[in-house]
Amino acid sequence: METVMLVVVGILVMVATYLILSRQVLKVILGTAILSHAAHVLILTLGGLKKGNVPLIDDSDGPYTDALPQALILTAIVISFAVTAFVLVLAFRTYRMNGTDDFEALRGNIDD
Amino acid sequence: MTNIVVLPLILPIITGILLVFLRHQLVLQRIIAVVTMAIVSIISVIMLHQVYTSGIIYLDFSGWAPPFGILFVADSFASLLVVTSSIVTTCILLYATTTIEPKREKMFFYTFVLLMVAGVNGSFLTGDIFNLFVCFEVMLLASYALITLGGEKLQLRESLKYVLINVVASWIFLVALAYLYGTLGTLNMAHIAQRVAEAGQDPLLTTISLVFLVVFALKAGLLLYQWLPTAYSVPPTAIATLFAALLTKVGIYALIRTFTLMFPYEPSVTHRIIGIMAIITVVGGCLGALAAKDIRTIAVYNVVIGVGFILIGLATNTEQGLQGAIYYLMHDMVAKALLFLIIGTMIALTSESHIDKMSGLIRNYPLFGWLFFIVMCALAGIPPLSGFIGKVLIGQGAIASSSYVLLIIGFGSTIIVLYSLLRIFLSCFFGETIIPTGDETPMNKVNMAAMLLLAGCIISLGFGAELVAPYVKDAAAVLMNPDIYIKAILANGGV
Repeated sequence: METVMLVVVGILVMVATYLILSRQVLKVILGTAILSHAAHVLILTLGGLKKGNVPLIDDSDGPYTDALPQALILTAIVISFAVTAFVLVLAFRTYRMNGTDDFEALRGNIDD
Repeated sequence: MTNIVVLPLILPIITGILLVFLRHQLVLQRIIAVVTMAIVSIISVIMLHQVYTSGIIYLDFSGWAPPFGILFVADSFASLLVVTSSIVTTCILLYATTTIEPKREKMFFYTFVLLMVAGVNGSFLTGDIFNLFVCFEVMLLASYALITLGGEKLQLRESLKYVLINVVASWIFLVALAYLYGTLGTLNMAHIAQRVAEAGQDPLLTTISLVFLVVFALKAGLLLYQWLPTAYSVPPTAIATLFAALLTKVGIYALIRTFTLMFPYEPSVTHRIIGIMAIITVVGGCLGALAAKDIRTIAVYNVVIGVGFILIGLATNTEQGLQGAIYYLMHDMVAKALLFLIIGTMIALTSESHIDKMSGLIRNYPLFGWLFFIVMCALAGIPPLSGFIGKVLIGQGAIASSSYVLLIIGFGSTIIVLYSLLRIFLSCFFGETIIPTGDETPMNKVNMAAMLLLAGCIISLGFGAELVAPYVKDAAAVLMNPDIYIKAILANGGV
């Protein structure tokens, strides 16, 4: 099962890398969103997939599954959600101000 | 167990939220923000002293004993940095009160600054590596908001790149955390250190540590500093100064913590790579500082040189080198803050940023000109100012570990720093005056007070080196002997 999950992570990273390397701002942002999903699945897999019962003392008598990876992922999802929302708004404002969503056109250094 | 450890994080957050409700009372916002940071500075000094007298203090949140819960740890290294960052922020906020336009102030400028400081202080104090990630994100999200605040064309264009680079870096951080948890099964830094020490740092763990190196190098601007010059040039002076003084330094802190506490056992791999990266950073920064014609860009490349120089101290992997790195880190926060404020003020006064288009400012603003002279001497490491002792100790560390290349590059960069700043000093402050005497806009007293305070810090850090020395020695001793840190945290438990 772990192997399958790791292949899934690989595919997600592949797709995300492709999107991030594109020129359109929106695709890059979608790429970062998929990238964060890859990280979440990776945490889940490396933390060990389901090995025992629910970690509730009243409901089962062990061995318990490690609940920490889920907690980590929950935190990471919240953060990536907030960041993605922020970047989307930022991209929209940049598009409105600069009149383009092409990274080639957004080049240039600070002196010009 | 004492609650003082959490105050540098929680006070700015609470005040930050409070300020949201005072959106239109700008005067009140300014006063509350500055006073809060002054209080945090005092608290952090008390904390530093407490750490010095009674050893490492820590706080387990909700009473979960380590390694199970999240905890905050204050050792001398973290406390020294919290003290410096709080004092520097107080001065920058003082400067911001008169320079940031009301339209930015109304869009929660002070709230974001306080949240960012909370993230910075949290990153210094946390004892859990996942919590370090969270504190990084708190700091970064606030910095995203600050860099875009105002929404000018150029600002939006550059901040989009800054945000995306940091999003990808945070992703690498998560991947590194996943591998670390999969390998060691713990996230408590002391517990990680203990397990690495017991099991030995095998190639797998060294590889994981290198993934962390990539993340923190990107945040610190070590080798991967290419995003830094433009990102730090677009926001208003006060915000750029906050970034230059605090953000890269958190990355440096994380690097030093990672490679002294958690993964110190393969210096021939990790520390050597850090050394090489530091050399390239210093050389690249020097070339940038020499080539630039825009005074803001020159200042930004000086930040890059500073990052490389501090990490030379880490790369030597000796106690003196680390003492030097700590001294220089504190000095760099204060001196870079002052340098950016002065450069920003120069641009505001003349409405020019090209080095050849300004001259003779010292006739109009004599005290201001000599302030620049002080910061230039401090950054070049001229005694008795604050940069001197750090440079000497890093040099001693490099000699003790016979890394002569690091030594030569490190001290060679000093000359370039001096040259690049001397160029600004000679061309902008001396020569024909471009503003007729009497016609100049008067210097704002509050701005001047903020800059004088920072200059005072530079001078007292230089003259008071003896006073700070015991704390720095203690900090370096803990860094060199991770056992002290591990025992302090895991004394009552440890699995």
